[in-house]
Amino acid sequence: MKKKIYLDYNATTPVSLAVKKAMEPFADKEFGNPFSTHFYGVAAKKVIEKGAEQAAKFFCCAKEEIIFTSGATESNNTILKGLVELVKDEMLYSTSRRIQHDTIKSHIITTKIEHHCVLETAKYLERKGVEVTYLGVDEQGFISLKELEKAIKGNTILVSIMYANNEVGTIEPIKAACKLVKSINKNIIFHTDAAQALHYLDCNVKKLGVDALSFSGHKISGPKGIGGFYLKKGIKIEPLLHGGLQQNGLRAGTENVAGIVGIGKAIEMIKNHSDKVKKLRNNLADKILQTIPDCWVNGPDVSSNERLPHNLNMSFPGAEGSSLLELLSQQGIAVSIGSACSARELKPSHVLIAMKLTPKDALCSIRFTLGEDTSKEDISYTVSVLEKAVVKMRKISGYNLK
Amino acid sequence: MFQEIIKKYFQNPKNVGKIADVDASGSSGSPVCGDVSTMYIKVENGKIVDISFETLGCAVAIAAASITTEIAKGKTLAEAEKISVKDLLEKMGDVPSVKVHCLEMAIETLRKVIEEYKEKH
Repeated sequence: MKKKIYLDYNATTPVSLAVKKAMEPFADKEFGNPFSTHFYGVAAKKVIEKGAEQAAKFFCCAKEEIIFTSGATESNNTILKGLVELVKDEMLYSTSRRIQHDTIKSHIITTKIEHHCVLETAKYLERKGVEVTYLGVDEQGFISLKELEKAIKGNTILVSIMYANNEVGTIEPIKAACKLVKSINKNIIFHTDAAQALHYLDCNVKKLGVDALSFSGHKISGPKGIGGFYLKKGIKIEPLLHGGLQQNGLRAGTENVAGIVGIGKAIEMIKNHSDKVKKLRNNLADKILQTIPDCWVNGPDVSSNERLPHNLNMSFPGAEGSSLLELLSQQGIAVSIGSACSARELKPSHVLIAMKLTPKDALCSIRFTLGEDTSKEDISYTVSVLEKAVVKMRKISGYNLK
Repeated sequence: MFQEIIKKYFQNPKNVGKIADVDASGSSGSPVCGDVSTMYIKVENGKIVDISFETLGCAVAIAAASITTEIAKGKTLAEAEKISVKDLLEKMGDVPSVKVHCLEMAIETLRKVIEEYKEKH
């Protein structure tokens, strides 16, 4: 394989040199346990506090409001399950107010296009007796505030809506949604999964108004196995992992010191390079649309500001996605179908289906996500390889051009 | 074995595309996952003298359809009807269980096209 072109930055990102350098001492020399009270521990504690400070600065919150976890999956699980559990306990053991048995059932609202780690957690909670509303989306992948308003009920305890979709890049109106929810019932907790948002969107939690926000290290040029969440001071949740009192008692287990150093540095290094990447992404979209007949962009228009600037999702009817992925991969180009997690699944993307694509059109889609290192040459090469791949697959499927 | 066979057939599938003057065509697919496959046959004296396929699906689905047409070519309709997933598994090796439905689609397509032929003739 001569060329290697990575166009799957939504799946994961390479660790930046600065992050790698920052982490290095913590592989061996600086090995202290932050929970130890001797000088090794004190040094390690200082380091993880710095990580929390770097994150807090970015999210515009207090460092005590940052909890580090193993990643966005754990963060989302912790918030959803942790809140439901605590509310259930409070209701069951509440002596101050008598609660009718049927009101013990909590209600949460999320969307049909969340990442699997939110959707599967919501389904799990449903099996445990929680009521869940899955908001639909329009053809561009946007939720409807009207539908959200209608979904809110007396027993709603949590609304969890992703900030930006990983497959089609749709940026959800989090600020407006949060404002709406709070205007109806300020006690409802508003959570957003921001795993894909940090690089390109304003994550000031005060401005957004959210109570909780999940993030991940490896999507932002940081290491894998580290992530975290912001949780507004005063909000209580049951931890997912019980044990020691690390991370303000919200996440037991010795901290991943090197990981925290890495994610702290990665967050600190975030520079908005939206304009550059958007230009390249639009160039890719234009070239494909000009070169390949019968294809289209899924999600908001590429000129829109309500789409992540580095994401392009397209359908090529008659050319199945996983086959295109394979042909591109053979030529050294890495793209994905739907999300990386669904690459091994059989069903077409739940996001594209929610956006009302037919299963057939959803099956014939691939996702390109660009990054800092993507070049103009990468784009031209990709288009030429893709063109041949689409022709080949359309021949095999007997597709007739419109 | 599985990986190499898939690779080989995915790169160069045999019997691709609609053949001229076909005697029958038949399709099958999964409405949920969107896969669809069509086969075309030419029959002389009860024998499949030519067969081809078109598949919209993953590499395994394409390989399975291609191998099915290879097995069926030259067989009588009665013999071809008996071709099963088991026969494909023998040729394809360790197919992951999640991909067995791709083989089922190929066999079902073959049965459909034979059925179509019988109805017409």
